[in-house]
Amino acid sequence: MKNKIVSVQEAVSHINDGCSIMIGGFLGCGTSELMMDAIVEKGVKDLTIIGNDTAYVGVGAGKLICAKQVKHVIATHIGTNKETGNQMTSGETEVTLVPQGSLAEKIRAAGMGLGAVITPTGVGTDVAIGKETMTIDGREYLVEPPVRADVAILKGSIVDKAGNVYYEGTSKNFQEVMAMAADTVIVEAEKLVEVGELDPNYVMTPAILVDYIIVGGDK
Amino acid sequence: MASAKEIIAYRVAQDLKDGDVINLGIGLPTMVANYIPEGVEVTIQSENGILGMDRVANEGEELKDVINSGGQPVLITPGACFFDSSMSFGIIRGGHVDVTVLGALQVDEKGNLASHVVPGKMVPGMGGAMDLVVGAKEVIIATTHTQKGVAKILKEITLPATAVKCVDKIVTELCVIQVTDAGLELTEIAPGVTVEEVQAQTEATLIVSGDLKTMAVPAE
Repeated sequence: MKNKIVSVQEAVSHINDGCSIMIGGFLGCGTSELMMDAIVEKGVKDLTIIGNDTAYVGVGAGKLICAKQVKHVIATHIGTNKETGNQMTSGETEVTLVPQGSLAEKIRAAGMGLGAVITPTGVGTDVAIGKETMTIDGREYLVEPPVRADVAILKGSIVDKAGNVYYEGTSKNFQEVMAMAADTVIVEAEKLVEVGELDPNYVMTPAILVDYIIVGGDK
Repeated sequence: MASAKEIIAYRVAQDLKDGDVINLGIGLPTMVANYIPEGVEVTIQSENGILGMDRVANEGEELKDVINSGGQPVLITPGACFFDSSMSFGIIRGGHVDVTVLGALQVDEKGNLASHVVPGKMVPGMGGAMDLVVGAKEVIIATTHTQKGVAKILKEITLPATAVKCVDKIVTELCVIQVTDAGLELTEIAPGVTVEEVQAQTEATLIVSGDLKTMAVPAE
């Protein structure tokens, strides 16, 4: 079996200037703080980050915003981090706001090999500007293209050494779809267990999708 | 006496039916959960991945990795379940939520809603609102009738739309309005308020129901 367990330093070597990164988590719940800290320390720039939100000042993806490492944010809501709003207003950071359900499906479409999502969400709103529409059975839909990334950074509550992942409670959020939609997938294991210790029935992200595991959490 | 927000939350709650799956927006809509009538059991969805959400957790009783969509630690009810964002919005967009209750900046006589952005002033993002109002079977807007005296119920919204033709019902501290193909129908009015007073605070022209009722308000 390939050893996927790496140091944080080795994991962060996959994050370079201009990278697009999917960051799992919802207001920081399910975000790898170890990787966020390592990216800040490495000081890479011009990142595109994709995720539900930019958490709070000093928390989760918010750390990358505050360190001014982000060129483009693709998110559903930035209201909890005033620094993101400031950088958007000043023009330092481009912000693309996407309806939450559409973002999940756009990521899912990329990971599932689909060419687009056809959704009623956003019809007649600013979200529809510049997008193709389709009428099916008399109802209008937007054609939303898929979203991929170079790297996905996830956090699992229990991860086995093969890379099978279980996410506790509401830490699942975008992580399962993100695990399928990035070229390189890095998972922080809050609790790392031996192969065979994680019941196959509770695996939410299959090991084949995970490239690297870093050990965090209860150390 | 009950506050405007309490009056609104109480009235919205009276519409809920036993077995309903509901999603409550942040702020005033969340208060609806405090007034659910006896004998009515609803399942509350939180779009970050819960069906069976209970109240906000007190310090010391937080569950690991369980928050609501506003980021607060919450408790769950027996029989609750967790799922990812794709499933959560499948539940929402797919019509598996019976009622969503949201606030509004503006709402108009076609049922168009503006609730998420004031260009140049407040640009937090739509979060899950656009999916919720498109997907839920019934969309109830819970809002104060005016914003500091400025009408919110308009002939046509002027702020960017959250969705078009999506609102079914508007509940304010003064009245209940049903959105119909003909326009906004005033169906209930709060005790001690006149139709003229409601119309004076509404830019859209109200169609007064032939069966205008008195709005239920919380007991003193």
